Amino acid sequence: MGLSSWGNYPKIINEAFFFNQIGRLKSFIEDTDEIIPYGNGRSYGDSALNKKIICIKPQNYFLDFDEDNGILHLQAGALLSDILDVFVPRGWFLKITPGTKLITVGGAIASDVHGKNHHIEGCFSECVIMLNLMLPSGEIVKCSKSENLELFRATCGGMGLTGVILDAKISLKKINSKYIDQTTIKTKDLKETFEAFEEYKDKPYSVAWIDCLAKGDKLGKCLLMVGDFSTDGILEYKAKRKLNIPFNFPSFALNTLSVTIFNKFYYGKIRNKISKQKIDLDTFFYPLDSINNWNRIYGKNGFTQYQFILPEHKSFVGLQEILKTISLSGKGSFLAVLKLYGKGNENFLSFPIKGYSLALDFKIEKGLFELLDKIDKIVIKNNGRIYLAKDVRVSKKVFEQGYPKIDKFRALREKYKMNKKFNSVQSMRVGI
Amino acid sequence: MGYILIIGAKSDIAKAVARKYAEKGNNLYLAARNSSELKEFAKDIGIRTQMDVKCLDLDVLDYASHQCFYDTLAEKPIGVVSAVGYLGDQDKTQSHFTEAKKIIDTNYTGLVSLFNIIANDFEKRKSGFIVGISSVAGDRGRKSNYMYGSAKAAFTAYLGGLRNRLHEANVQVLTVKPGFVATKMTEGLDLPKKLTAEPKEVAKVIYRAQQQDKNVVYIKWIWKWIMLIIKNIPEWQFKKMSI
Repeated sequence: MGLSSWGNYPKIINEAFFFNQIGRLKSFIEDTDEIIPYGNGRSYGDSALNKKIICIKPQNYFLDFDEDNGILHLQAGALLSDILDVFVPRGWFLKITPGTKLITVGGAIASDVHGKNHHIEGCFSECVIMLNLMLPSGEIVKCSKSENLELFRATCGGMGLTGVILDAKISLKKINSKYIDQTTIKTKDLKETFEAFEEYKDKPYSVAWIDCLAKGDKLGKCLLMVGDFSTDGILEYKAKRKLNIPFNFPSFALNTLSVTIFNKFYYGKIRNKISKQKIDLDTFFYPLDSINNWNRIYGKNGFTQYQFILPEHKSFVGLQEILKTISLSGKGSFLAVLKLYGKGNENFLSFPIKGYSLALDFKIEKGLFELLDKIDKIVIKNNGRIYLAKDVRVSKKVFEQGYPKIDKFRALREKYKMNKKFNSVQSMRVGI
Repeated sequence: MGYILIIGAKSDIAKAVARKYAEKGNNLYLAARNSSELKEFAKDIGIRTQMDVKCLDLDVLDYASHQCFYDTLAEKPIGVVSAVGYLGDQDKTQSHFTEAKKIIDTNYTGLVSLFNIIANDFEKRKSGFIVGISSVAGDRGRKSNYMYGSAKAAFTAYLGGLRNRLHEANVQVLTVKPGFVATKMTEGLDLPKKLTAEPKEVAKVIYRAQQQDKNVVYIKWIWKWIMLIIKNIPEWQFKKMSI
C-alpha cells in the first residue's frame, strides 16, 4: 500500500492499520514499533508518513452535541467538512478553520492548525475543550487546559508524536449566514501590502495573495482579502459540484511563463483599488477544495509547500529579502499566501508567532531544495520558523533554531516513551 | 417521517446505508445481534440528522423470533434494507458442514424467514420497498467461494421471485449486487483498487436505485460487464479456470 501525503512527495511504501476499535488499537500499538497516526493525508510533507501508519478516518462518530453552548464531542477521524455539512444549516461554524475542510479533527489538533482569523482567535487548540489521548502504554488520558496540561500543550501541535488522539470536545461559533462580506484591496508593493494589513487588522478574517514573480518596485504587490460573516440569515448549505483533475499534469505544465500568465490574470481581474464582494463560505475559506486532486497539477514528481513565519518587527525586511531571492531564482509559486498572525500560544511545537507568514507552493524539481536552503537562512537570521505540517525537507539545525521549546518536547517524549513508538519520517529527519 | 428497517446494521455497508437514509429525512430501526454495540453509531446519526434512531436486537438465525420481532415494531417500516452477509471460510465448508450451513443460513434461510413476514405485511398495505444486498458471487459458482456464492444465488433468485409476486401490490424489490467492497468483511484481502467500492459509494448507489424504482443494480458499472463475461464463458472452458 502507498498512502502518500498531499504533496505526493516523498513516496513511501507503508502498511496501514485501520483503526476502528479501541481494543484493537491498543494491541496494535503494543505490538508495533515506529508508527504514526494518519488522518486524511492533507499535510503536505512527511509528517504523517512512516512504514507503518494508523489510519484514524474510520473513527468518525459524533458523540454528543450541546446545542446551548455549541460544544461538539466527536471522534478524531471525523472531517471538518462533516462538521460543516451538519452544523452550518443549524447556524454553527468552526471557530478556527484552515484553508481546507478536508482534514480530520485529529489532524487539526496535531498540527494545531490556524486560519484567516489567527490574528484574533489564535490556533485550533483554542477551540479544543478537551481531548482523549492514547499513550504508548495504551493508557487513555484526558488532556485539557485544566487537566494534564503538559500533555495537552505537547499534543496540540505535536504532529501525532505524543500518541493517538481518540476524540475531542470542540466549541463552535454561531453564524447567521453562509455568506461572507468580503473586501478586496489591491496593493502595488510590499509597503502598501503591510499598510493594508495594518489598516484592516480589526477584520476577523484576512489573507493576501502575493505575486511572487513581481520584481523591482512591484515586489510584494498583492490582493488582500478581508471579511466577516454576513447577517442575512441564509444558512442553506449544500455540497457543490466539484471539478476533478483526473491525472497528473506533465511536469512542464507549471513553469515561469504559465505562472506569470496566471498571476497577471488573477491580479488583473480585480480592477479597483478597493472592491466589495459577497461570496459563500466555501469560496472564501476553501477555494481549492472545489477542485478534487488539485495536487495533480504539479505532476507526478509532487510538490511542497514552503511556509515560514517571521516576527512582526522583522517581517518587512525579511520578506523583502525572501521575495527578491525567489523572484531572482525564477521559480514561480502558483500560490503565495501572506497572512498576519496574532500572539503565539504556549504549545510546544505550534507554528504561529506574532508576525507575518508566507506560504509558497513549489513543484519538486532540480535546484528547488538549494533555493529553499537559502531562504531557510534568511528565515533563521530573522528569528523565524518553518511550519512542520507543510515541510518535507528542513534540516535539524534550522528546525531547532526556530522552535526553542523543542527540548521540553523531547523530554516529555522520553518520559512517556513516545520516542520509542511514535515517529514519522519527518520527526526522524529533524530529530524530534 | 417513516422508519427504514436496516437488518445486519453492524456491517459497514449497512452503516453507510443508514446514514444515507437518515440524511434524506428517514427515521431508522437498526437491527442486529447485540444491538447495544450500535448505541454510539445511533447517537452519531441522531446528532447529524436529528432523525429518530432505534437499536433493536435481532438474530437472523433465530427464525422463531422473527414474527415477534416484527410484531413489536410500534410503527411498521416503510422500507427494509438487508445487509446481512457471512463470507465464511470456503475451505472449511468442504469438510465441516456446520460452516457450510452457517453460510447458507445467514445469507439465505434467515432472510427468507424475515422477508416472508415483511413481504406479507407490505403486500397487505400495498406499499413499501425491500432491498436485499446479494452479491456478484451469486452470478456463477466458482471454486474459490461457491458456498457463499450458492447461498447468494439462492437469495438473488428469491428476491427475483418476490419482486414478481409483489409487483401487483406496488411493492418494490431491489436486488443489489456489490462486487468488492472495502469493509471489515474483506479486510486483509488484497483487492484490486479499481474494482473495489467504498461503503459510502455503495450506499449512494443503493439509495439512488431504490428511489428510481430499479430492480437489479450492480455497484460500479464495470461489474455488470465483468459478470456478463463470466456468466457467458462456456462450462467446458470455465471448469478449467481459476478466477
